[in-house]
Amino acid sequence: MDGLTRLLASSTFRLALVYMALFVVSALALLLFIYWSTTASMRQQTDETIAAEIRGLAERYDSDGLPGLTAQIADRLQRQQPGDSSLYLLADRRLQPIVGNLSGWPKQPADESGWLHFRLGDDAGGKVHMARARLLKVRGRFNLLVGRNMSEFEQTRRRIVNTLVWGGLIMLGFALLGGVMMNRSVTGKIDTINRASKEIMAGNLTRRIPSRHSGDEFDQLSDNLNHMLDQIELLMDGVRRVSDNIAHDLRTPLARLRHRLEAAARQSAGNEQQRMDLIDRAIQEADGLLKTFNALLRIARIESDTLQASFVEVDLGQLLRDVADLYEPVAEEKNQTLAISGDRSVFIRGDRDLLFQALANLFDNAIKFSPKSSSIRASLSRTELVLCDSGPGIKRTERDRVFHRFYRADASRSTAGSGLGLSLVKAVATLHKVNIELLDNSPGLCVVLKWREQKAGGASR
Amino acid sequence: MRILVVEDDLETASYIKKGLEEAGHVVDHADDGKQGLLLATTEEYDVLIIDRMLPYVDGLTVVQTMRASDINSPVLILSALGEVDDRVQGLKSGGDDYLVKPFAFSELLARLEALVRRVEIEAPTTKLQVGDLEMDLLGREVRRAGKVLDLQPREFRLLEYLMRHHNQVVTRTMLLEKVWDYHFDPQTNIIDVHISRLRGKIDKGFDKALLHTVRGSGYVLRG
Repeated sequence: MDGLTRLLASSTFRLALVYMALFVVSALALLLFIYWSTTASMRQQTDETIAAEIRGLAERYDSDGLPGLTAQIADRLQRQQPGDSSLYLLADRRLQPIVGNLSGWPKQPADESGWLHFRLGDDAGGKVHMARARLLKVRGRFNLLVGRNMSEFEQTRRRIVNTLVWGGLIMLGFALLGGVMMNRSVTGKIDTINRASKEIMAGNLTRRIPSRHSGDEFDQLSDNLNHMLDQIELLMDGVRRVSDNIAHDLRTPLARLRHRLEAAARQSAGNEQQRMDLIDRAIQEADGLLKTFNALLRIARIESDTLQASFVEVDLGQLLRDVADLYEPVAEEKNQTLAISGDRSVFIRGDRDLLFQALANLFDNAIKFSPKSSSIRASLSRTELVLCDSGPGIKRTERDRVFHRFYRADASRSTAGSGLGLSLVKAVATLHKVNIELLDNSPGLCVVLKWREQKAGGASR
Repeated sequence: MRILVVEDDLETASYIKKGLEEAGHVVDHADDGKQGLLLATTEEYDVLIIDRMLPYVDGLTVVQTMRASDINSPVLILSALGEVDDRVQGLKSGGDDYLVKPFAFSELLARLEALVRRVEIEAPTTKLQVGDLEMDLLGREVRRAGKVLDLQPREFRLLEYLMRHHNQVVTRTMLLEKVWDYHFDPQTNIIDVHISRLRGKIDKGFDKALLHTVRGSGYVLRG
């Protein structure tokens, strides 16, 4: 019962049923048409033969009179073979038979055009047949009846009807079978997908939908779902890694904060100066933590992509000069030189403060990682900003990962920093549809920012 | 100073109130927008601290209503939201400064003092003087004890800000925002480098230091 309910509930099966009904109806209509046209043409043929015979007999009568007609009929009867269905009867005015193969004049009256349809008396087999005949009144003196035993016609008709019924039933059977098979095949494929989905929902994220590699729609669906699952798994991994990293990276400063507060609490009274020092350092630690959280929230906010509404025309040239102006003394402390070249004024639509933040992070890194007395160069063109340093660079294998939150390349583990600087740069770049690429400066790193040229909306200086 | 704090979070409010009272100010507190608006329009305050998210009437509406009723005391808006569009919105509705939670109390205090003294600070002038340090704004020249100091343009701008705010603590963030005009989080303390270079030019070789570091807050130029 459950199987039947399921079968009836299946949309494929219902579709097959509808299709089947349409098919059966149209096939039946075709057969009925064949039936109708066959019987009509058979009847017409019979009628034409009868009419021709009557015409022949009438001509004979005209030329040879009654004896000729009688002889003709007798001759035809004689030449009749068994199974021949021709009927002849010549009768006088009172319908008394003269010659013919009918035992008596039929009781049914003829219609106006002389046709009549009557029941033929028992033949040898005792069966009753229908006959169709035409009556000809010969000069008012004789009645001539020429007809055909319609048993063959009836048989043919019955055969056609039988064919119709059986054909219809067989079609119905095949259609049902086809529907069930089609349903089973489709349901089977969908069940595979459903089973896999349930397993995935239950938490097995590595499970994939098996593909039969036949390239049909179901395979395409499976492939797409599998790609989607890959993407989800990747994202889940990312989220997991980020939260792992947050836990790991924030535990250390929190522990330090706790140690300092503890030490301050234990500090013997009277040594107010040392106590204040400890508390100050604890506050610094807390500030550092807050800064990290703010950076995380900021990245999340930038990535949520809702800031584009506040975009304005920003002059990257001005921004670059301002960043350099801000960082120049820092570079000078390490005896480094900062050089800016290229276009003075390049406008893009963006958020001035975020772009400044991104550039500041890049300059900060460049200064931090470049050795003393080296040079840092930035050049700006209409679609590109390149910043090159001569630090240790970033290994090819690490180039994607440096943008991950809290990721720190081997070379930078010993230096200060949160591991969020480049994540923020990446988020800002993505928000502004700027592509970011890391290249070798051998030695050093070149950061290449590329964007599509925009129509300058602001006044250039 | 007489200060009104409109803040619905009682912990933050009492933290602000206690700190301001310790610094010698008189503080009123309202814990929702309605009461805040009532106090702001009936009493007189030197400066107001208004949280953005408040029950009944939100902070921006309070500021707008105040400005519409011609109350022009400076307002500092507090907010948990920190992005640029939020800040722009806050300043557009009539706020004078914008501070994102969580903040250091020293930052709040420095900004309040800067707000209150803004009127006198922004008065048009051609000469600034702190102790024996003189700045000629027209001639772009700085002298200490009559001796001309050679300053770069950015050092000149930095010193001008410090001189206009002399005897007043300015924080690193305030300097970034007011002197460089960018709101951003530097990864390293770049301001310290600028200050130490400036200090090298204005204090080096003189007996009395003018530029002092205030631990945990920022810097102050004392005459």
